[in-house]
Amino acid sequence: MIRFIAFLLICALPAHAEEEIVLGLSQDQVAITATFEGSDILVFGAVKRETPIPDKSELGVIVTIAGPDQPVDIWRKDRRVGIWINTDEVEVDAAPSFYAVATSAPMRDVLHHVEDLQYRITTPRTIKAIGGQVSDSVAFMNALIRIRTDEGLYQRLEGAIDLEEDTLFRTAITLPANLTEGTYEARIFLTRNGRVIDEYRTEIPVRKVGLERWLYNLAHNYALLYGLMSLAIAVGAGWGASAIFGMLRR
Amino acid sequence: MQVYLPIAEVSVNAFLLLGIGGLVGILSGMFGVGGGFLITPLLFFIGIPPAVAVATSTNQVVASSFSALLAHLKRKTVDMVMGTVLLIGGLIGSALGVLLFSYLRSLGQVDLLVQLCYVLFLGVIGALMFVESLNAIRRANKPGARITRRKHGWVHNLPIKMKFRVSGLYISVIPPILVGMFVGVLAAIMGVGGGFIMVPAMIYLLGMPTKVVIGTSLFQIIFVAGFTTVLHATTNHSVDVVLALLLLIGGVIGAQFGTRLGVRMKAEQLRILLATLVLGVCLKLAIDLLIKPTELYSLTAGM
Repeated sequence: MIRFIAFLLICALPAHAEEEIVLGLSQDQVAITATFEGSDILVFGAVKRETPIPDKSELGVIVTIAGPDQPVDIWRKDRRVGIWINTDEVEVDAAPSFYAVATSAPMRDVLHHVEDLQYRITTPRTIKAIGGQVSDSVAFMNALIRIRTDEGLYQRLEGAIDLEEDTLFRTAITLPANLTEGTYEARIFLTRNGRVIDEYRTEIPVRKVGLERWLYNLAHNYALLYGLMSLAIAVGAGWGASAIFGMLRR
Repeated sequence: MQVYLPIAEVSVNAFLLLGIGGLVGILSGMFGVGGGFLITPLLFFIGIPPAVAVATSTNQVVASSFSALLAHLKRKTVDMVMGTVLLIGGLIGSALGVLLFSYLRSLGQVDLLVQLCYVLFLGVIGALMFVESLNAIRRANKPGARITRRKHGWVHNLPIKMKFRVSGLYISVIPPILVGMFVGVLAAIMGVGGGFIMVPAMIYLLGMPTKVVIGTSLFQIIFVAGFTTVLHATTNHSVDVVLALLLLIGGVIGAQFGTRLGVRMKAEQLRILLATLVLGVCLKLAIDLLIKPTELYSLTAGM
């Protein structure tokens, strides 16, 4: 039995283990505080190998960071009776709330499309199960990627990884301020001629802390109390301003 | 200075929020409108999720209206009796409105309906007020022209009459209750306090003096907006207290300035300004519906 499990473990490992990733992250968690303005995550590492650097093939490094998956509705407006209204809808079962993919060279050089299908590396591959009654669902998917790219939530950073001597690599990925809470997954792929030869995964928890955490919990667990507290603050502030101005006038 | 909002889950500039709050506060003090019809679109514009924007602006409306109401109470320009009658209608109306809203949501296209409601009501009310105030200013400029007193219409012939001492009216309670209900329904559908409908309705339909109208409208708005805030907090968890706090710090200060500005101005000028503002917002919303948008697609992320 133990031998069988060991066998499975060996099979599960990538085929070529001659070159392996050794990784470091500048921070292993992101804390969202009241003054959170986004965060830079520095991903750096080295390629560990027992043998000399193979010179027949091109080495590539790909780094991806993905936020938690969410369902998304994509709407398209059309002109009806002179006004622009939402007419067509496409529902996406799961799309990452954040997705950045950085490479050491142009995407087509470091990643074969078959490997992309298997490992879901480029942004369109991370969006799962598009459904809806439209003939051109590709346009909707492109719109989703375009809108999120404009918001800084989807990033395609081709050539953003510095790869030195085919051994040391580093890149910085900017997490924007409009982050969703959750467990973010960082993946690092090592490729040769577009084929994945090693993969490394790690998790980066993104959590609200302090006052932000407390308010969020209060709003969800003690909603009535939270609502009344909001009202009390509103009335108090209204009264306070009136009283202060009353004193200033005298 | 950027601040991360815990419920909205976005980071925004604190001074921008203070500024928006202040601007809306000035309007609230001057005209007796809660400012919901202005603050909600502004919040959309700076990237606050719509659900949070609607719920939080009702909380902000409570604060700025309360601050302005206190100023009006000191000057004794609040008709408490009329306010209470309007409020009874308003609460019934907003309960009906919430039911209607969820029914319309099940049919889809509720956003469109809200926008059309805005365009229609802002347009009609803005135009009516604008024309009326222009006429009033023209009359005032002509010396010797007689100010024609409003005739007693159907409003004054209904049963259950009550004396509204502050307003100097002796009319039936049925019209104020109906006005309150109507505003309550619209408030629930459009996510606003309803001052911009309430104020003209009180002036033109009930014949109340303009100076009393503003304080009375504020009195009623506070309760309707407060009711809505708690409803949103308990059902949708979409009230962001940090966002509200920043908006209302600006708002309450603005409201105090607004009230003082309002006292210095003539009633006609006040009305023509409000009419211009209402028409401006209406025009903006109408243009959005009529002109081809630059981005045809929009996203709603589920939780």
